[in-house]
Amino acid sequence: MSLVMDQRPTEPGIVLTAEQQRRRRARSIAIALALGIFVALIFAVSLVKGPGVMIRPL
Amino acid sequence: MALSGETGELTAPLRAGGYAEPSMAGVGDYLALMKPRVMSLVVFTALTGLVVAPGHLHPVLALFALVCIAVGAGSAGALNMWYDADIDALMGRTAARPIPAGHVQPGEALAFGLVLAGFAVTFLGLMINWLAAGLLAFTIFFYAVVYTMWLKRWTPQNIVIGGAAGAFPPMIGWAAATGGIGVEAILLFLVIFFWTPPHFWALSLCRTDEYARAGVPMLPVVAGEAETRRQILVYTLALLPVGVAPSVLGYAGAAYGGIALLGGALMVTWAWRLYRAPDKLIEPLAKRLFAVSILYLFVLFAALLVERVFGLEHVGIPLGRALA
Repeated sequence: MSLVMDQRPTEPGIVLTAEQQRRRRARSIAIALALGIFVALIFAVSLVKGPGVMIRPL
Repeated sequence: MALSGETGELTAPLRAGGYAEPSMAGVGDYLALMKPRVMSLVVFTALTGLVVAPGHLHPVLALFALVCIAVGAGSAGALNMWYDADIDALMGRTAARPIPAGHVQPGEALAFGLVLAGFAVTFLGLMINWLAAGLLAFTIFFYAVVYTMWLKRWTPQNIVIGGAAGAFPPMIGWAAATGGIGVEAILLFLVIFFWTPPHFWALSLCRTDEYARAGVPMLPVVAGEAETRRQILVYTLALLPVGVAPSVLGYAGAAYGGIALLGGALMVTWAWRLYRAPDKLIEPLAKRLFAVSILYLFVLFAALLVERVFGLEHVGIPLGRALA
């Protein structure tokens, strides 16, 4: 059993080219920046609106 | 991603193993999906609606509302590019867009648009108010579904009715600031609504062959250039009094009124020249009217902003106040 689990897959699977890796990294950084800005905005709005930010009549 | 011949059929490339090619989309491709130039106009008109509305919205909340409106507009752009990828591939103006260029796969654009739309509407509702969020949701729906999926390929009135989507942002800004909809917000809506046909038909006069090849029934394709030029003139003549109306009715000052009158007269002049133009001058004059129309809308809304910032909105003798 342990032999089977230790076996590595023989097919290489998806291997990204250098350009694909570069673009994926750029996308990841952009997503991180966007999420950071989003969190900062929500934090700022929460400060302005006070602790009852989600409690409001529809 | 590859295009299948002249049909513009989009197919995702598959590797020998049967799985899709890893995405080659760059950050710029995703920004392009959001139609940044359209987005900037949306933000500007929404900002105007937000600033000229009575009452006060905290600057942080105003910034948050504008970000939500911008992202909502971007989501509508992405959904539009997802659905229109087939005809975009057939037109020179749009062939380099991320999907027909093969940088972004249709499914990526669809997911991107839906996620952005969900975030924008939800957080505008939670943090600002649900009227503004509802208007934003309706605007995205109107642009992505009513205009893109239904009107655009069906009727030459596509950009007349669909133009409402572009006219909503100042109303959303107003609703974000006040929680309601005022007469002035409706006037701003009407200004953009009547501005849209001459603006887009001027552009389409320069792209008639491309629209015909793509099977999009723009007015010049269906009714011809002469009828298009006539309708451009009619809508421009209607735009002039609508543009001046906020000043006449007392919602804007004399400075805005003067600028709206001069700008409207300039638009009518170029529309008239286009209407009377010989065939060889149609394209250059249409391009000029297209440029003038962008300038007109920018200056008009900038005048409203400046008047409000400097407290000049009540300078003048508005007809509305005189009658009251």
